[in-house]
Amino acid sequence: MEFKLTNKAKITSIVLIVIGLLSLIIGLNTGHGDHHTGQRLWANLLVNGYFFFTISLAAVFFLALQYVSEMAWGVTTQRIFQGIMAYMPIGAVVLILVFLGGTLHWHHLYHWMDPEVHDPTSPHFDEIIANKSAYLNQGFFWGRTIAYLAIWYFFAWWFRKASLEEDKIGGLTNYKKAIIKGVLFVAFFAYTSSSSAWDWIMSIDTHWFSTLFGWYAFSGMWVSCLIVAVLLVQYLKSLGYLKEVNSSHVHDLSKWMFAISCLWSYLWFSQFMLIWYSDIPEEVTYYVQRFSEYKGLYLGTFFVNFCMPFFILMSRDTKRNAVFFIPVALIIFFFHWVDVLVMVLPGTMFDHGHLGAVEIGMFLMFLGVFIFTVLRAISKAPLMAKNHPMYDESLHLHH
Amino acid sequence: MSDKTIYAIYDDDYVLLESAKHLVSKGIYIRDVFSPFPIHGLDPVIGLERTRIAIAAFIYGMIGVSLALGGMYYFMIQDWPLNIGGKPNFTFVENLPSFVPITFEFGVLCAAHGMAITYLLRNWTLPGFKGKNPYPRTTDDRFVMEIHVHDNDASEEEIKNWINETHVLEIDVKNS
Repeated sequence: MEFKLTNKAKITSIVLIVIGLLSLIIGLNTGHGDHHTGQRLWANLLVNGYFFFTISLAAVFFLALQYVSEMAWGVTTQRIFQGIMAYMPIGAVVLILVFLGGTLHWHHLYHWMDPEVHDPTSPHFDEIIANKSAYLNQGFFWGRTIAYLAIWYFFAWWFRKASLEEDKIGGLTNYKKAIIKGVLFVAFFAYTSSSSAWDWIMSIDTHWFSTLFGWYAFSGMWVSCLIVAVLLVQYLKSLGYLKEVNSSHVHDLSKWMFAISCLWSYLWFSQFMLIWYSDIPEEVTYYVQRFSEYKGLYLGTFFVNFCMPFFILMSRDTKRNAVFFIPVALIIFFFHWVDVLVMVLPGTMFDHGHLGAVEIGMFLMFLGVFIFTVLRAISKAPLMAKNHPMYDESLHLHH
Repeated sequence: MSDKTIYAIYDDDYVLLESAKHLVSKGIYIRDVFSPFPIHGLDPVIGLERTRIAIAAFIYGMIGVSLALGGMYYFMIQDWPLNIGGKPNFTFVENLPSFVPITFEFGVLCAAHGMAITYLLRNWTLPGFKGKNPYPRTTDDRFVMEIHVHDNDASEEEIKNWINETHVLEIDVKNS
């Protein structure tokens, strides 16, 4: 059965974009300190560009993981993840725009992009940053960024193409190729999920570094992607689609959301505790900043994203009951966005950043575009990959 | 009153599952099934309720967490505050991050051990206990259904006849 994009969904996404735009305009006109406005917009563009792009990126990863592990149960929800992947090009364009703005000095999100800090004769010379210039320089940065985006997108495009082709020709050819492609993607992603987080997010706080940061960012994108999948599956089921997805599939998706929430909490806390405990000035600055102006947001994000899924979704019954898991999913989706916000704002807006109308407005605009793109992509192909070799096994999932 | 136990012996898990469905449809209460491995879908057929060990595990975990936090509050804050790396050691809350790993580990330890001991106690199979398995071959390649005559309204002969309608390998009756 094919999903038809409803008018209600189209109107909802347009309404989200319009409300977001209004909120953005109101926020900009009532904002104080006008010289921060430009920086604030760019910072928000990076937050939303990164958050929504990495959701679709994590969808590629989860799909690749399904092929690598020869996972059977996920076949009935495979097309949902393929739909989420469709946002990738838009997200990539936003990210490129933000980086271009940095290179052309339209904004000052990335302090290391300022050539003066690398110049020993300049009064702004920064020895710590200059010592990192072998890695953090414009040429290498752009090379890496383009390579990540191009190679990730190639895999996304290939998985989608092969899956649609499989619908027509059947057989094992595409499945076997997909396993090899999956292995290659997972291997490539193992490195680049970390290094992209260093390049795009961690380099904002140029002096600071954390070896755990990449995994922390990765677990955040993975859980956000699973939340989106859980919500989409429930949305489509409520419209009468996805009859093949039974309570065991729903249970498994919720279980993934629960598990990766715990992984995220574990990594968040590991990074925090080691740095807090050793209390080395060059490391602890990151947290000093977040514990001064952003304390409520920063600690609140951790407690919501850990406690809500942990205590509410632990039971088997709540994992299957939409009354419980949908509110949890909606709330932790927002708070994983806040998590990206507090990754970016302290290093770009310093003590002027906060969660206000501009931030919410930009979030809603991106959300509108994201929902529309993803639903449109889902509507373009049958909801079930009927010729997938594991399709039948997936239908009989029961536990 | 007769207190006989009928053992129906099968050599295939699927056949046993189908036979159980057949017997249950005749209103027979199957006391237990012995098999080398869990049979998927058998529990609801013979009327077994879902295990509540998960709830027990949560309670054990919470006991572990409370014990760990309470213990560390007493050792590190109340009784003998130590200056470790200049960390504030006079309030519990300020020290909390360094207590989290031990709290987590102790919670897991209590949940895991509590679960294992509960399981063994509930099944009365603690180490050193005498095995109750009527057919040791059910640990290898046999599947056995245990039916008590006095659990059912039907007579021994009727039950045997119904069992014989299934693909049973052997029927054994024991006086207990």
